[in-house]
Amino acid sequence: MATVEHPDDTVGGSPEGVRRRDFINIAAVSFAGVGAVAVVYPLVNQMNPSADVLALAQTELDISAIEPGQAIKTSWRKQPVFVRNLTPQEIAAANAVPAADLRDPQTLAERTKEGKQNWLVTMGVCTHLGCVPLGAAEGENRGEYGGYFCPCHGSHYDTAARIRKGPAPTNLVVPEYEFASDTVIRIG
Amino acid sequence: MSFPWAEQYNPKSPFMRWVDDRLPLPRLVFNAVGAGYPVPRNLNHFWNFGVLAGVALTIQIITGIILAMHYAANGAIAFDSVEHIMRNVNQGWLLRYAHANGASFFFIVTYIHIFRGLYYGSYKAPREMVWLLGLVIFLLMMATAFMGYVLPWGQMSYWGAQVITGLFAAIPLVGEPIQTWLLGGYVPDNAALNRFFSLHYLLPFVIAGVIILHIWALHIPGSGNPTGVDVKSPQDTVPFHPYYTAKDGFGLGLFLIAFAIVLFFLPNALGHADNYIPANPLSTPAHIVPEWYFWPFYAILRAFTVDFILPAKLWGVIAMFASIILLFFLPWLDRSPVRSGSYRPKFKMFFWILVADVLVLGYCGGAPAEEPYVMISQIATIYYFAHFLIILPLVSKLERPLPLPNSISESVLHGEKAEAAPIGVDARVAPAE
Repeated sequence: MATVEHPDDTVGGSPEGVRRRDFINIAAVSFAGVGAVAVVYPLVNQMNPSADVLALAQTELDISAIEPGQAIKTSWRKQPVFVRNLTPQEIAAANAVPAADLRDPQTLAERTKEGKQNWLVTMGVCTHLGCVPLGAAEGENRGEYGGYFCPCHGSHYDTAARIRKGPAPTNLVVPEYEFASDTVIRIG
Repeated sequence: MSFPWAEQYNPKSPFMRWVDDRLPLPRLVFNAVGAGYPVPRNLNHFWNFGVLAGVALTIQIITGIILAMHYAANGAIAFDSVEHIMRNVNQGWLLRYAHANGASFFFIVTYIHIFRGLYYGSYKAPREMVWLLGLVIFLLMMATAFMGYVLPWGQMSYWGAQVITGLFAAIPLVGEPIQTWLLGGYVPDNAALNRFFSLHYLLPFVIAGVIILHIWALHIPGSGNPTGVDVKSPQDTVPFHPYYTAKDGFGLGLFLIAFAIVLFFLPNALGHADNYIPANPLSTPAHIVPEWYFWPFYAILRAFTVDFILPAKLWGVIAMFASIILLFFLPWLDRSPVRSGSYRPKFKMFFWILVADVLVLGYCGGAPAEEPYVMISQIATIYYFAHFLIILPLVSKLERPLPLPNSISESVLHGEKAEAAPIGVDARVAPAE
């Protein structure tokens, strides 16, 4: 090394008396720290969803057979999804409510795709504690607002699947989806 | 316990004092692998390998626990679950390869550790218990490695389980029922796979427990050293920390470089391609061979081809187990009072012949069971037993050892006492020639 050696083993006239060994110590510990992070990364990352789980992250659904007033349950990421073809009356009922009065203010237009306001696509997972609400299948209780009803703790959702009564804090979640064609939606 | 000049644990902060009064765990660590453990100052790099074996076991336990999160111990899906780890789990390929090759590296460093002990007489008084516990660890390692190898449920896994449990069938009268009992069936199947998975998970923790006993037993007399001369004074030792923590850290770096080279560039070089074929009970691989670390014992097993009073198969099984059990008697077979092979010219020669003999056995164990390998295994097996039962007792009687150094420090200093003496220490305190 081309540094000036001092009797007290400090380097290049540094005032605090920094020794070569201090530098070596810091360098060695830093290098070991980088190595430790590199080792820990795979040990942590292996807990994340694996490739086969992520492969289920998109699902296509043909909705041509769903008549107005009907709803179906499908599965996306192994969770239930409700797809509902709203009748004009149900759309009107949802739009009649001033959004500002709601616990989780949203309009039906915000929760559906433009020009496809009759197609209400939501997760079938109650935002309270994650049960599956009733109302998607024929003859199930749709609650006081004609949308969905979660019997476990009595959450009522309206025809836009917005929370209106009961313990749930937010509206049923609208997943990422798009219309692949007029009769096919792609969720995820 | 330790030498009277060992550094004392003095907690500096009030918090550490508070802890020490209630649970002296930091004190235990300090006295075990810290400055509180005085170690001979002349250890060479062969004294690294115990720590490396401990690191290898740690790698195996960490990667193994993670693999168990993704593996399914069921004959129908075990093979596919390993492929799922390789292809789908994030960094799963890395974890599985680290575990599979980590087993090989665990055995590499353990074998070097064992041969270090053989050469330097580490098994001799007062360290017989360290040696015996080490052999228990070795046996547990072999059982663990075998059961782990069965889990991927490939062809070698399946037929390995068939062959190794078949060894027990060689026992007269009760053999067949014992094999059936071990497997939970007539051939390896779900029952066997599940129990092997359970035990493969359990045994490494038993190994860790015996390692603690192994280190405990070592710390009673203290570490040996390349001269085999006892520690006599403070000049003979240095504190474990920082001296040997630094030296072991250097060795660990080299170990990890070698491990990384195999892991990233040769991940399947030590394995057998047949284990990428799913288990098929109706078709046996052409050559059933264990992993490389079992080859010497496999050669001993196959060396017996003639029925002599007992069936040949039984002789093979007896010899294979005897080859390891024999090592338990080593402290009493080698009677020489001199520990280190460096001062025993004849012993040293025979030691290296034994190393070559074990390598030859290893080569034969990996080769197909045909001539000339069968004959070579037979000769090498005879020599292996002769080494311990005949040569060692005779050598310890007949050999004239070289003069031993008076002390460890003297052997280190070669008359450069004044140069090596710490500042302020009078060089004249060192004993004269």
